[in-house]
Amino acid sequence: MISPEHYLMLSLALFTIGVIGVLTRRNVIIILMSIELILNAVNINLVAFSRLYGDVNGQVFAIFIITDAAAEAAVGLGIILAFFRNRETLLADEMDLLKW
Amino acid sequence: MNAPLPYFLDHIWLIPLFPLATAAVMLFYGRRLKNSMVNYLCVGSVFLSFIYSFGAFLQLTAMPAAERTAIKILFEWIPAGPYHMLNGRISNFLADWGFQLDPLSAVMILVVTGVGFLIHVYSTGYMAHEGGYYRFFGYLNLFMFSMLMLVLANNLLLLFVGWEGVGTCSYLLIGFYFHKKSASDAGKKAFIVNRIGDAGFLLGIFLTSALLGTIRFAEIGPALAAGHFALGDPRIVAIALLFFVGATGKSAQIPLYVWLPDAMEGPTPVSALIHAATMVTAGVYMVTRTNAIYQLAPAAMAVVAVIGAVTAIFAASMGVVQNDIKKVLAYSTISQLGYMFLALGVGAFAAGIFHLMTHAFFKGLLFLAAGSVIHALSGEQDMQKMGALSGKIRKTYFTMLIATLAIAGVPPLAGFFSKDEILGHAFRHSHLLWFIGWVTAGMTAFYMSRLLFLTFHGQSRVDHEVEHHIHESPNSMLVPLMILAVLSIIGGWIGVGGRFEHFLAPVVHIQRHTEGFQHVPLLGQEGVLHSEEARKGLEQDLEATTPAAPAEELILMGASVAIAFAGIALAWFLYLKRTDLPAKIAKSLNGFYDLVFHKYYVDELYDAMFVNRAKDLGLALGAFDRNVIDGAGVNGAGWLTRFVSKVSMWWDTWIVDGSVRLGSFFVYCLGFVSKFLETGYVQNYMLLIVVGLIGVLAYYFYLAHHVIH
Amino acid sequence: MFSQAVFYFFAALAVTSAILMVTRRNIIHGAVFLITTLLATAGIFLQLDAEFLFVVQIILYVGGIMVLFVFVIMLVNLDVSMRLVQFNHQRFVAGALALVLGAQVFLALKVGPGVMPHPAQQIMSPKNTEAVGDALFTHYMLPFEIASILLLVAMIGAVVMAKRRV
Repeated sequence: MISPEHYLMLSLALFTIGVIGVLTRRNVIIILMSIELILNAVNINLVAFSRLYGDVNGQVFAIFIITDAAAEAAVGLGIILAFFRNRETLLADEMDLLKW
Repeated sequence: MNAPLPYFLDHIWLIPLFPLATAAVMLFYGRRLKNSMVNYLCVGSVFLSFIYSFGAFLQLTAMPAAERTAIKILFEWIPAGPYHMLNGRISNFLADWGFQLDPLSAVMILVVTGVGFLIHVYSTGYMAHEGGYYRFFGYLNLFMFSMLMLVLANNLLLLFVGWEGVGTCSYLLIGFYFHKKSASDAGKKAFIVNRIGDAGFLLGIFLTSALLGTIRFAEIGPALAAGHFALGDPRIVAIALLFFVGATGKSAQIPLYVWLPDAMEGPTPVSALIHAATMVTAGVYMVTRTNAIYQLAPAAMAVVAVIGAVTAIFAASMGVVQNDIKKVLAYSTISQLGYMFLALGVGAFAAGIFHLMTHAFFKGLLFLAAGSVIHALSGEQDMQKMGALSGKIRKTYFTMLIATLAIAGVPPLAGFFSKDEILGHAFRHSHLLWFIGWVTAGMTAFYMSRLLFLTFHGQSRVDHEVEHHIHESPNSMLVPLMILAVLSIIGGWIGVGGRFEHFLAPVVHIQRHTEGFQHVPLLGQEGVLHSEEARKGLEQDLEATTPAAPAEELILMGASVAIAFAGIALAWFLYLKRTDLPAKIAKSLNGFYDLVFHKYYVDELYDAMFVNRAKDLGLALGAFDRNVIDGAGVNGAGWLTRFVSKVSMWWDTWIVDGSVRLGSFFVYCLGFVSKFLETGYVQNYMLLIVVGLIGVLAYYFYLAHHVIH
Repeated sequence: MFSQAVFYFFAALAVTSAILMVTRRNIIHGAVFLITTLLATAGIFLQLDAEFLFVVQIILYVGGIMVLFVFVIMLVNLDVSMRLVQFNHQRFVAGALALVLGAQVFLALKVGPGVMPHPAQQIMSPKNTEAVGDALFTHYMLPFEIASILLLVAMIGAVVMAKRRV
């Protein structure tokens, strides 16, 4: 029998991997993809609890999260493209215009 | 009861004081004085001393024989306090600056001041053209002071002061021409060899003080009696031998004679005064002064006699082959001193002193005459370059002839009487010793005649340059020669008939070989000898000094005269008749001749055994000083300083500067943290978010954990 | 039994793909691995009886977002970025902290108090889509409308951002 803990563990694992990816990689596209991974982990969590309580709210919330993820991915990639056209770089290290 | 002393005896301390005062004047002002002023002062002071000595002598002889000991103490010199003697009793050490005039010291001061005065007069002529005129006379006067202190002292320590003083003056005067290395070396040699003897003498003084509780001559006799020492007590023998070691050093006996021939480097008047008439006789005087000790130690007296005899013949053998006129006289002096010690060793103390007196006359005369010859020959001292001078410097020749006859022992001159006296006593003691002395007398006559013939007779071997300048000496040099010649003639007549022995009897107690020491006159602290016992004892002693059977005397006298003439004849034969023979004989005795000519290589032996060893020690200590003391001490101190400076530098760099840097490091650390917040790097900010998240979660979990439980 | 095997399969696939995605040098590979992760997630959704979400995930996430990603990846310079260092300078600290975060939550789940309720017995699978649609258009009408405006804004924003200056 698969208890909710399993799903939570899975969610936690994906979440952690996503955080590692965001904090560790230099390439901004990978960072964005890691953020997608985090959102997915959250989705699994929500759906697991939704199934646990027999409630559909969790799934609805998950839909909204997917929608939000799409919007965010679109805008984010647009920004990256713009940045890339100006600076010719995809590395987060070199996007330090906020320094000082 | 202390009777007040007559004038000259009371003022006996002036006798050494006069020459000391002028010596001091020479020290401070001598440089600025003219030669004539130096003469007046220095020679005058010695003349005054002579006058006072003569006066003291007269006043002493005016006293009855048994009371002839006058002691005058000026002040307490070293009151060192109580100490333990060897036998456990407590005694008080007191060395005073005191003067003792008795027959022995009276004879000595007369000889010293008299002959000294004549030599001073001679020096005014001899040294007239030398540099350092005032210095010479200053040293000479200082010597007179020391010698007079030596003979007038009333205790061993003050005698030692004079002893050392004459040694120092000897060094100063031998090295008078200090520009010459040989002269300064000779001075050093004299002083150092003397020092060895002085060490023995000093040990003897210590032992005397420890054993007898006193160092005053007047008290040694009573102390010996009170101590009930057996005849031949080893401690007494030790004291006697230690004193004799000092005597061998000062009076140039075996084994410490080596300095005397080298001492001829000094000016001739110095050789005459110090190394013939006075300083070298200090040893003889000292042994005679302490004869009470010697008479309790027959073994020591035997040693003295044997060494005296052996030295006499040994030195005579070396004198035979020397070519330097002064060196011959030097070896002759050593030989004659051997005679004196032979006399002392067989118990004839008076005879020894008698010979001392006559020797002062004729040996002083010989040296002064030799000086006159050297002066005439403009400095030539090698006899092989002399000859046929008798016609050219007649007065010098005549005085030297008289002196030679005197030393050879030709009657009725002075040497005959004194030498015969010694040989007589020696014969009674030991036939072997007499034989050695007799042969030596012959050798003495031989080499002295050789000297005379080579110098004044025969073919002239003088350098042509020098020949033109031959001239007789000035009167200042000739008159002392003549006076000494007269003394050499009549000097011996004083001792005829045992008068000399009578005179010295209160001082010299002849010991009959019974046990113990019986006749001890009791002396007061200051003043004159007085007691019934003393008188009795003296009379008994006077009996003991009567001479032996007249027949024996005559035979011995004849033998002495015979061998003297034999020696003179042999010399005449070899050096006037057959002048080729000496060279042939020398060649035939090649090895032996070489040995004797090189003084038996004794100097070389001493060099190898002692001198070089001392130098090695000096080098070793020098190396020790350089490497260990300088290495460890100085270099070590340097290293330590550098080390300390390094530590200090480290301290400064790390601790002092470190605290400064610590401050800046602290700020850096703060900045390091703060830098993190402003990187402009998004992922850093993300990291901070995660950190915050961890913190928040931790807080909530903690809260949950504690609330539930 | 079967469901367990399915779960573990999809779980393993998801985690493995996630790890692979984060560590690839080539971005395209990363994108592909993200696709597989999303597909595995979709499978998880299916197993959880969330059929509508399962389909939405595939159509929207994989078919929309990931395609967008791939298009953008192709627009940027891949070769240059492939040769550079991939991990930044804070990798160790960041990795450690992330693991700490994970461990913290893990411990909280394992050791912490709280009891999970039993799963509901109802199985809503035939009526899942209806249920979702129901909830969406009645209770969540406002969020739905806002979400659509959000999408409109996002669209405009993306076009503006990505447009070349003309």
